[in-house]
Formats: sequence, structure tokens, C-alpha cells
Amino acid sequence: MGVGALVDLGRHKRVPLHRHTLWYYMGGMTLFLFGIQVATGILLLLYYRPSADQAFESVQFIVTKVQFGWLVRSMHSWSANLLIFVMFAHLASVFFMKAYRRPREVTWLTGVALMGLMMAFGFSGYLLPWNKLAFFATQVGTEVAGAVPVVGPFIMRLLRGGEQVTGGTLTRFYGFHVAVLPALTTVVLGVHLLLVQKHGMSEPPSVIEARRRSGVPAKSMAFLPHFAIRDAIGWCAAMAILAGLAAIFPWELGEKADPFAPAPAGIRPEWYFCWMFQALKILPGHILGIEGELIGIFAIGLLAALVLLVPFIDRTPGPGDLRSRLINIAALAVLAIAGVLTVLAYMPAAGGPS
Amino acid sequence: MGAMCASMVYPLARYIIPPDVPEAQTSRVVAGHEGDLKPNEGKVFRFGDRPGILVRLPDGRYRAYSATCTHLNCTVQYRGDAKQLWCACHNGFYDLNGQVVAGPPPRPLDEFVVNVAAGEIVVTRS
Repeated sequence: MGVGALVDLGRHKRVPLHRHTLWYYMGGMTLFLFGIQVATGILLLLYYRPSADQAFESVQFIVTKVQFGWLVRSMHSWSANLLIFVMFAHLASVFFMKAYRRPREVTWLTGVALMGLMMAFGFSGYLLPWNKLAFFATQVGTEVAGAVPVVGPFIMRLLRGGEQVTGGTLTRFYGFHVAVLPALTTVVLGVHLLLVQKHGMSEPPSVIEARRRSGVPAKSMAFLPHFAIRDAIGWCAAMAILAGLAAIFPWELGEKADPFAPAPAGIRPEWYFCWMFQALKILPGHILGIEGELIGIFAIGLLAALVLLVPFIDRTPGPGDLRSRLINIAALAVLAIAGVLTVLAYMPAAGGPS
Repeated sequence: MGAMCASMVYPLARYIIPPDVPEAQTSRVVAGHEGDLKPNEGKVFRFGDRPGILVRLPDGRYRAYSATCTHLNCTVQYRGDAKQLWCACHNGFYDLNGQVVAGPPPRPLDEFVVNVAAGEIVVTRS
């Protein structure tokens, strides 16, 4: 396929215009931020050293000695967080606009897989500076994986590269972060983008229904140049926000990890894992004779499975039948609970040091 | 075809599973010296490849436990203000017998035996 064919494809591609059109920009924005991650990640690779003895010092070297190292590292961290935020917004908009329905089931599945991959990037990347918070976040995160019945201990050993979180875990996470996850993402993202082109942009059932009632013809704009120009303006704005955040709020490095030091007060994971962290915190030791953490892990797993399989649960084509409304209400309830748990995670713990 | 796939997947799978490295079973360590800790203080020490915690009680006696929280494996610390052992990760509290007082830990901390000999505080796995 030559450049001419690609331009032709872009000219023929139409983007529906309606009151929810804004949400169509979220996918492109996620892709743009992923591009920033790849670019800044490659730059960080030039100086980073993945061993327990040198990882922390190498990041310290990047942010203090390398020209603009502080900017590259901060942009990588900030962009990772913005990417997760925009990706959640993209996922939520697809969910509430019912864009997962036939024929886009596989597009949804690849999208959820990409969300899992991005969170895996976040989790593995968090350990790489080898600081105290990262060490204990990895300790807890891998322990959660280890608590899964039957396969858990095997997965935990596989992730840690042994029984404990050590320098071996750091090397392994580095391998996941810079080789395994990018390879998987390239494949899944390729399929996702291909399917988006094949099926075109989905219109929400409510918009289709309103148009059918009013008899007003559908409006749309050409992807090239109109939508692409708007996309580019959004990307420029995102770049400016990123640069501003990196310059005004440089990402902290913290203290070097010490496996024989206690977990520091106020420890918590990245914001997008906080709801799970808080749920595991408030669950009691035992519920009906079962360990509380097991129940929590089971509930999180069940929720992930429901999110993944939603296209096969909600198959009705119409805008608002009872099942579809119930799914929306359940999703809003889950979002509200996750929001409250996240806020609680940022509040001082009861009985914590004054 | 199946045999060809298996001949490629098996070595790959065996390679990524970390080999079993037998742990040196440490049963006795010197966790510190008399005078290192004041009453109502604690410190984490290395017990083989895992952390232990030595606590000097307000009455001057010593106690030692595994410092690995039974909830999700974070390392606990001694809180003099609460006179309890505390896990900062999920806010779990243990009393000075290692029993769970509050929070999500499902089991008590393992307790070690402490002996003081010739100024050394010797901790032994019970």
C-alpha cells in the first residue's frame, strides 16, 4: 500500500458529527501519548542500568547530570499517567456509547487487552527506578498475583524471578517493560487499529434513534483533513500540558529501595491501582472463614472478566432496553465505588502516625 | 507439527521459569547489641534472606518476630506511640505478642526466641 492509497483511505474515512463527537478524539490522544512513551522510553534507555546496584543511581544521574534528563524522565512519568487517564476516558466513552456491540466485539476485546497491557507497562515501569515505594508496590502487587488459587504461586515466581523481590525481579521487569510488552502491544494495537478502520466509527444508539425520529440526515466530516487537523491541535495541547507538568512538577525519585527497611508511612501505588489497594486495605482478615484478600482478588478478577465480556452480555441493538440500562447503572456504580476508594486511599489511614 | 511446536515451546517455558535455588536456612543471627535500642524502640534486621524485627519493650525486655506482614508481605515497623507493630502498606496492627489487633492481616507474626549473651542480642528461630 503506497502513501497515495493511505491518503485516499483517510479522505474516504468519515467521522460522524453529533453531540458526542468529542469522545472520538480519545483514541487518537491515547495513541499520541503512547508515542510519547516510546520516544521518551528510548531516550531513557541510553542511560538507564537495570540492576539493583545501579538502577537508582542511573536514574539519579539522568535527572541531575544529563542535559534535559529531568525533562525526559518527567515527561515519561507524566505521560504514562495521562495515557492511563485518557485511555480510561476512551474505554468509558466506548462503553457508554455502546460501541462494543456487533460487529465491534473483537475491537472491544483488543481495546481491553490494550488497557491490561498499559497497566502492565505502568506496574513494571514503576519498579525500574528501584526506590522504596516501587519496591513495596512490587512486593504487594506480586503477592496479590501469588494469592490467586492454584496458579498464583507459579505466577508470582515467574514475575519475581524467584521467591522474593530482588535485583532479579528488577531485571525481569525491565525485560517485560522494554521488550515483551512493546512486542505484544504492537500486535494487539495493530489489530485494534485495523478493526477500527474496517468497521468505521460507531454511532451511539441514542443518536441513531433521535435521527430516525426527527428524519434529519446524518452529518459527518472527512477524516482527512478535518478530523486529523483537530486531532493534531489536541496533540499539540497535550504536548504543551505535558511539558508544563514536567517543568513545574518534576517527577520525584524518592529514596533508594532497601529490602531490609520497613515499608514507609503513606505508601500507596499509582492512582489507577489505588482503588484495588484500598479495597484490599479495608477488607477484614477473614470473611465467612475465607481470607479477605482472596475474596478481594476474586471480586477484582470477576469485574475484569465482566468488562472484557460485556459485548457478549449486552447484545441488544436498541438504545435503551432494560438489560442495557442495568449495565449502565452497574457501570456507574462501579465507577463511583472506585472513585470513593481512590479518594480514601489518599486520605491518612486511621491510627497512622500523626 | 505438534511435536515441532512442543520442541520449541518446552525449552522456552523452562527457560523463563526461574530455577530453584535452595535457601540457606538461617536459624540464628545476632540482631544487635545491648544499648542499640532504647526501651520502646524497634529495628528491622536481616534474618537470612528475610527481614526480622527486634523490639525492646517499654520494660526493657526484648522480643523478635518475622517482620513480614501476613497480609501481603510488606515489612512491618515498631510504633512506639501505639506500642504496636504496624504495617504501613494496608494499615495492619499487631500487639507485642505478634497477634493481629486491627486491619487486614489474617494471621499473627511468627515469633523468634531472643537471648542476650555477652552483650549480643541473639535471635533464634523457635
